[in-house]
Amino acid sequence: MSPRGEQPMVPDVEFESYYGRQILKTPTWKNPDVPLYLFLGGLAGASAVLAEGAALTGRPDLERVARLAAAGGAAAGSVALVHDLGRPERFLHMLRVFKPTSPLSVGSFILAPFSGLAAAAAASTVTGRLPRLGRLAGLGAGALGPPLATYTAALIANTAVPAWHEGHRELPFVFAGSGATAAGGLAMVFTPLPQAGPARRMAVAGAALEIVAAEGLLHRIGMVAEPYREGRPGKLISTARTMTAVAAGVTFLAGRRSRALSVAAGLTCVAASAMTRFGIFEAGIVSAEDPKYVVVPQRERMAARARAEADAFA
Amino acid sequence: MGRLSGPLDDVTGDAGYAEHPPRMGFFTDTSVCIGCKACEVACKEWNSVPDDGYLLTGMSYDNTQELGASTWRHVAFVEKSSPSSVSVDLGMPGAGPPGVTLPSGEDQAAASGDNAITWLMSSDVCKHCTHAACLDVCPTGSLFRTEFGTVVVQPDICNGCGYCVPACPYGVIDIREEDGRAFKCTLCYDRLKEGQTPACAQACPTESIQFGELDELRERADLRLATLHEQGVDVARLYGHDPEDGVGGDGAFFLLLDEPEVYGLPPDPVVTTRDLVSIWKHVGAAAAALTGLGVASFLGRRR
Repeated sequence: MSPRGEQPMVPDVEFESYYGRQILKTPTWKNPDVPLYLFLGGLAGASAVLAEGAALTGRPDLERVARLAAAGGAAAGSVALVHDLGRPERFLHMLRVFKPTSPLSVGSFILAPFSGLAAAAAASTVTGRLPRLGRLAGLGAGALGPPLATYTAALIANTAVPAWHEGHRELPFVFAGSGATAAGGLAMVFTPLPQAGPARRMAVAGAALEIVAAEGLLHRIGMVAEPYREGRPGKLISTARTMTAVAAGVTFLAGRRSRALSVAAGLTCVAASAMTRFGIFEAGIVSAEDPKYVVVPQRERMAARARAEADAFA
Repeated sequence: MGRLSGPLDDVTGDAGYAEHPPRMGFFTDTSVCIGCKACEVACKEWNSVPDDGYLLTGMSYDNTQELGASTWRHVAFVEKSSPSSVSVDLGMPGAGPPGVTLPSGEDQAAASGDNAITWLMSSDVCKHCTHAACLDVCPTGSLFRTEFGTVVVQPDICNGCGYCVPACPYGVIDIREEDGRAFKCTLCYDRLKEGQTPACAQACPTESIQFGELDELRERADLRLATLHEQGVDVARLYGHDPEDGVGGDGAFFLLLDEPEVYGLPPDPVVTTRDLVSIWKHVGAAAAALTGLGVASFLGRRR
């Protein structure tokens, strides 16, 4: 039973296995490197969008904060990603081929130019040099931002890990919303109230998208949703959801008036977005390690297929 | 790049080889496996694969535990206390006086203990899938399809990203920790190039591991299955042979005497790229939603 008093989705299931050993291999991606990268990619991508909007509508303070968040997030994310590789000196092999069947390959070709463009735009904004080239770079980063924030959902969904793969329809929207929440929240912390309106609206809209998409995910994928609800990942996700909802509510009601509340809500948004990514990452690990999440859904799928065939003959 | 899922007549041609030898593979008939582990040892010897540590699991005679970066053949030992038992005459010399047959089949199972323990043994290996998720997701091109239709890692290109590890629906490939790169069965690519039989198949004393052209192996497996069914072994079934299955059929397939999950195999594996189009579509829609959300944040009042 979860802390919020929800009913378990399915009763305990019986299944056969080989001495209870796991069928799938545990993902070798390191924690915290990879969940941190998922979070930073979302933060950086959505921040680039925010920065471009601020530049277009003449909000220099918001622009500076968002540009630095985009560049910093991408740089830190790249470090986390390279650190996660077993052989970091071979990172360049990532750029040796382009493979649409590999989200990590596609992502490398999004992350590399995004990092460069975001860094150039941030440098130009801070120093005031080469303003036109800076704007052009910012535009490029703004265009690559949404793909950067969402491709990471394809990265984890395009695996055999049950909790990730089965959630492939909703995870991109959870990541888009979570990225917007983080970017809006961070900008709220560092931007004066008069210019922070778009950041507040982005945080609130992102929170709504994230919560709705996550609810959809939990209700669609049946027993495979258990790792998202139970144990440590379940706790992370439900805490993050509560924090997101509260922060969005505070932002909506008092964000325009109180700088202190705005800062507190912004920090809560950023922390909640990070916790969401850690929760999703760890839920996937749990689902890969328990043979139940492999055998039972696959057996159900086979049974459904057999029923459909029987119906077709009847 | 060709199809992402479904049957594929010529996987090697699809991978870009204009002319190529026939697709080669393994048919592992577990009904004659005696659990001798000659395949495990031969594989380690030939491929110079390091040890995985010497740990006793306490769960069964199986101390190898699972396939991994340094275990490319793994013999599963399943102890079951069910009364159904199958024994096959391997033509081995008997222990008793000539002309006296030893008890076999159910009698032997019953004789081996109070609970009528049945032993199932099965030598597991990389499946060399028609649609190989490990190969599809590898961002460096380190994993490739050979001219024999098998799937091999090039260690000098692998950068240790580990994407292949959670992509494999069978849990075969893994990262060797002290090395940082991914390893798995190569179906003895080096031996195949010389027209030789893979080490495990050559070492197998009961022909439980059969190597050959995949088409011929599939025919042979059908015959063997029919024979067993005639003998009343209704539990016998083929696993991984069907090109219509979720991975387009395996280059290494099995004859099992129980459900796949009993041996630690997934009952209905699916290549993850079967949903790739849907995955990218949803990512595209979500990216568009984020852009729209960004634009909308700047509409309306100035503050």
